[in-house]
Amino acid sequence: MFEPKQLQEVAEGRKAYEAAVAKALTKGPERKENFTTGGGIPLKRTYTPEDVDSVDYTKDLGFPGVYPFTRGVQPTMYRGRFWTMRQYAGFATAEDSNKRYRYLLSQGTTGLSVAFDLPTQIGYDSDDPMAVGECGKVGVAVDSLADAEILFGGIPLDKVSTSMTINAPASVLLSMYIAVAEKQGVPMKALSGTIQNDILKEYIARGTYIFPPKPSMRLITDIFKFCSENIPKWNTISISGYHIREAGSTAIQEVAFTLADGIAYVEAAMKSGQDPNVFGKRLSFFFNAHNDFLEEVAKFRAARKVWARIMKERFGVTEKSAQMLRFHTQTAGCTLTAQQAENNIVRVAVQTMAAVCGGTQSLHTNSLDEALALPTDKSVRIALRTQQIVAYESGVTNVVDPLAGSYAIEALTKQIEEGAWEYIKKIDELGGMMTAIEKGYPQKHIQDAAYDYQKSIESGDRTIVGVNKFHIDEDMSERKLLKVDASVGVNQIKKLREMKEKRDNVRVKTTLDAIREGAKGEVNLMPLILDAVHAYATEGEICGVLREVFGEYKENVVL
Amino acid sequence: MDRKIRVVVAKPGLDGHDRGAKVIARAFRDAGMEVIYTGLRQTPEQIVATAIQEDADAIGISILSGAHEYCFKTIIDLLKEKKADDIIVFGGGVIPETDYPTLLGFGAGAIFGPGTPTAETIEWLEKAVAEKREKEAK
Repeated sequence: MFEPKQLQEVAEGRKAYEAAVAKALTKGPERKENFTTGGGIPLKRTYTPEDVDSVDYTKDLGFPGVYPFTRGVQPTMYRGRFWTMRQYAGFATAEDSNKRYRYLLSQGTTGLSVAFDLPTQIGYDSDDPMAVGECGKVGVAVDSLADAEILFGGIPLDKVSTSMTINAPASVLLSMYIAVAEKQGVPMKALSGTIQNDILKEYIARGTYIFPPKPSMRLITDIFKFCSENIPKWNTISISGYHIREAGSTAIQEVAFTLADGIAYVEAAMKSGQDPNVFGKRLSFFFNAHNDFLEEVAKFRAARKVWARIMKERFGVTEKSAQMLRFHTQTAGCTLTAQQAENNIVRVAVQTMAAVCGGTQSLHTNSLDEALALPTDKSVRIALRTQQIVAYESGVTNVVDPLAGSYAIEALTKQIEEGAWEYIKKIDELGGMMTAIEKGYPQKHIQDAAYDYQKSIESGDRTIVGVNKFHIDEDMSERKLLKVDASVGVNQIKKLREMKEKRDNVRVKTTLDAIREGAKGEVNLMPLILDAVHAYATEGEICGVLREVFGEYKENVVL
Repeated sequence: MDRKIRVVVAKPGLDGHDRGAKVIARAFRDAGMEVIYTGLRQTPEQIVATAIQEDADAIGISILSGAHEYCFKTIIDLLKEKKADDIIVFGGGVIPETDYPTLLGFGAGAIFGPGTPTAETIEWLEKAVAEKREKEAK
């Protein structure tokens, strides 16, 4: 990157600098003996052209919108339009959540993001014995198309893009969305949005799996194919590092395990005969924005670069938009503190800056009270305003990839890239991500990192303001928190039973039988599931039939 | 010499957030306890059966899904029903402080909120088990 003469001058300058450092150190030591990023990457005192000399501008960075997309996926980025401000929300009943969505849209949010309750995420109806106590707690309860109709009632699905955090039963919820849109007169090809549909990270870190890996991968690749043919604007998967990071991984592990999951999906879809130049365009990603600003900015840039190389060099993808890593970001829930919760607003603001300087395509900002409960309307508004302030007031949106060329940022980008390649190589050696998961490889690395993180807080090496330093006594009982009433479950079950009496139960049985037969063979299951959803078969019934045929995944407990 | 403390670390219900459970399980183990970690998606019946079968001194419940009232109550009731309510029940996770009195009222020994040092939980558990054993020895 630099002329030999320039580097020589820097080397000479460094001598003088090091002498000055030595002198400063005689007056007193630095705050710590060793400085690292939040994710444990060793940091130098300062970075110079020497640290980025091996970076080839054209090959490694290039221009925004140009391979390898280190500097961003679009040529104009936020000068064109801001990222999609998308707040993850959903609780209690479809009516309650619909109200929250309309509130968020009226406040300037630009896309919806649906949180489902755990029974919905794991394919149980609200009246299933496994669902007791969970109905409507961490998200909205959706049992059938009848609930989905209420959930999206009055929201124009041709104008709003919707992200749904749904994995194992993704086909069912996507089918419900398609069916609601149809009733609004919106054809499939006009729909835009995302389903998470990322089962591998459920096995690794998030826990809402249902079926074993093989049939799960089939459901996923069936969705890829169905969407390529019918819903061209739909993001068929959101390959997620977010939960891997929340489970305690380092930044490098987050990038590495996410992209290794991505490799597994591309391989599975190619094996089923699909062209990565086509389905590759609809793969999207989801990362965490943690506390360490410099490391996080570098992480997003490194992830884009590594993925572009994987798609181009490993899979021979030539379509530019299938080489691009487009991603959603959520600020790190695990950094929120219950203590002095207002401080979380500031953490979220810093994390927002990192996501934006890292070039995210959409963003969810956490609310200040989420270490304790689901957020209230007021705290959600503050979280959304945080994004709006960064977008409209901070100025960082006026220049594309504004931190590029910072010696520290470029050096860290390179280090994260190299660290990620090492893990990916190791996972390849183990036989790919599916085998690595069976062996507990990513799980073990994440748990070790999580334990180290906790120990570093308890030893005081890592400061968490308001928790292990700057502590105050506070009365937390006076806080206004959102509470989901137990009556939600009772009413939801009543509604479900009434719906089951009114529907055409013969048609339900026929469509469920078709799914059962289809699952035993090799046909694409999406159209069959869509039929059953149209007939108001419930999510639990559809997943129940699939459970019969596919069996259930049993967790490999790693401690 | 004292018998080692035996503790079941449990994830009841459908909640998949197991970072806290696994961190505290390792911390208990490093503190010299014998730890049985249940893994995800355990019903209250399974958790109670494990605790009885393993002759556990205590059950530590980790829950972040908001279903804490149901889970604590059911587990504690089942222990009573099976005459195993000498087993200490405690827990933590995303639980609003306003719900602590309810859980303690069911019979939970302590609730540890986000940000609690593992050392504090270990110290509490060691003391609680010592008291329990002393009472039983009488």
